[in-house]
Amino acid sequence: MTKDLVIIGGGPAGLAAAVAAKKAGIDDLLILERDNRLGGILNQCIHNGFGLHTFKEELTGPEYADRFIREAAELQIPYELSTMVVDLGRDGNDKIVTAMSRERGIFQIRAKSVILAMGCRERPRGALNIPGMRPAGIYTAGTAQRYVNIEGRMPGRTVVILGSGDIGLIMARRMTLEGAKVRCVAELQPYSGGLKRNIAQCLNDFDIPLLLSHTVVDIKGKERVESVTIAQVDEHLKPIPGTETEYECDTLLLSCGLLPENELSGKLGVPLSRVTGGPLVNESFETEVPGVFACGNVLHVHDLVDYVSEEAAAAGRKAAEYVTNVSESVPADDEAPLRLTGTNGVRYTVPATIRLSHMEDSQVIRFRVGSNYRNATIRVTAGDRVLLERKKNVLAPGEMEQLTLKKADLETLPAGSEIVFEIAM
Amino acid sequence: MANIEKKEFVCIRCPLGCNVTATLTDGEITEITGNTCPRGADYVTKELTDPRRIVTSLVRVEGGALPVVSVKTASDIPKGEMFDCAKALKETVVSAPVRIGDVVLKDVCGTGIDVVATANVEAV
Repeated sequence: MTKDLVIIGGGPAGLAAAVAAKKAGIDDLLILERDNRLGGILNQCIHNGFGLHTFKEELTGPEYADRFIREAAELQIPYELSTMVVDLGRDGNDKIVTAMSRERGIFQIRAKSVILAMGCRERPRGALNIPGMRPAGIYTAGTAQRYVNIEGRMPGRTVVILGSGDIGLIMARRMTLEGAKVRCVAELQPYSGGLKRNIAQCLNDFDIPLLLSHTVVDIKGKERVESVTIAQVDEHLKPIPGTETEYECDTLLLSCGLLPENELSGKLGVPLSRVTGGPLVNESFETEVPGVFACGNVLHVHDLVDYVSEEAAAAGRKAAEYVTNVSESVPADDEAPLRLTGTNGVRYTVPATIRLSHMEDSQVIRFRVGSNYRNATIRVTAGDRVLLERKKNVLAPGEMEQLTLKKADLETLPAGSEIVFEIAM
Repeated sequence: MANIEKKEFVCIRCPLGCNVTATLTDGEITEITGNTCPRGADYVTKELTDPRRIVTSLVRVEGGALPVVSVKTASDIPKGEMFDCAKALKETVVSAPVRIGDVVLKDVCGTGIDVVATANVEAV
């Protein structure tokens, strides 16, 4: 089978990318989705707060997904469900997508372009080095969310949560409303990794304590979790002896960060950012492998699905442009791109490079900071030139930031210039 | 002498999470600062007078492709009713098919507010 465009993943990123590519004139496209329905992680995010930017109303996850699923259906965008992509390769300019499903077995698609939209995974216990026994009752917050919200089953009755990521905070409220007792949320860092509104409405509303600079130092229980011991940590994040408190509980939820799921990207030889774990992309969300694009949480982990949709739509349009150019044998240009880097508190930028010839009149640059700042200025410079300064009352690692660069400001820069994003106090 | 009191809030109306400060003079709101948009002032005013929340949960589905369907209160309900609302939803069962927007429980806990489905569940 051949396709102009294959989109790997039918969650919010894949759907928005497919819709945009189709609207840009690509008819020969296909979404491959691992689950038995479209919508991705939004299906289990039944809380509200999605879509304020995109639809100017506050939707739940399934409702937000449904808007895109319906649009994809109206545009007659084809998709295959319960289909897992197992390999990605190259043959000349073509990309070879190897996938499998129960109905079709293993099959291959030769595609002109591929959009990576596989999302992310949660950091599991094995990646956290938590000491203690290995009983049942330890789940990532997202796994518990699936049990409760999709399967309709409660994973436990008395809960301790490690990590203050948004899914953990959301699950603290969710399980409390379902009758569980959430004893506390322990966070290793001196600040929360989640959105402020989630601390307010998921913890404070229910008097659930948030223990900053605390971590789990022991788990007890032979068959099932019986208790979790939490200790305070010092400024080097090491537990302080004598500060241990043992919490009786039957469940430990882990909400300790998300990692872009890039096993497939690796097989294709797509270079990844050491900071985000996602592909390094240019202004078109194109990876360093021409014709392979990335968007959504596989690229960098987002807080807001609205921005995923926006970014994915841009990736879809650019993939459509690529397919058209390849089909018409437009030669690739070899200009040296502008390189974007983060320093002094700015951890990374997406995109990492900008080719002026492909840049639209303006380009949104998204990034995260490394710690909490108050009354700080984000400064963007190229050499001695200050391109942009933006004052911010509050900057936090848990909240993605964005700035818009104008093409007119970049056109006079020498090819290959470095554009530096930093925090100036 | 007027009794001036300042109260701090994190606005929950959108993911920006503005830090909003309300100044109360003799218990009356006299100033609201820190909000980016009018929703922040509205949130704090309500929070001080009549705190409300949207509740999202699930109800059981009979004869559906999935065992449960996600639901929400069609608008916010008094904060104090959250647990009673969740309890009422635990006892609610609907029959498939269910479409987004279908009312699954009318006038939950006497709030005058309906609970509506937020997902589609096909009949099997």
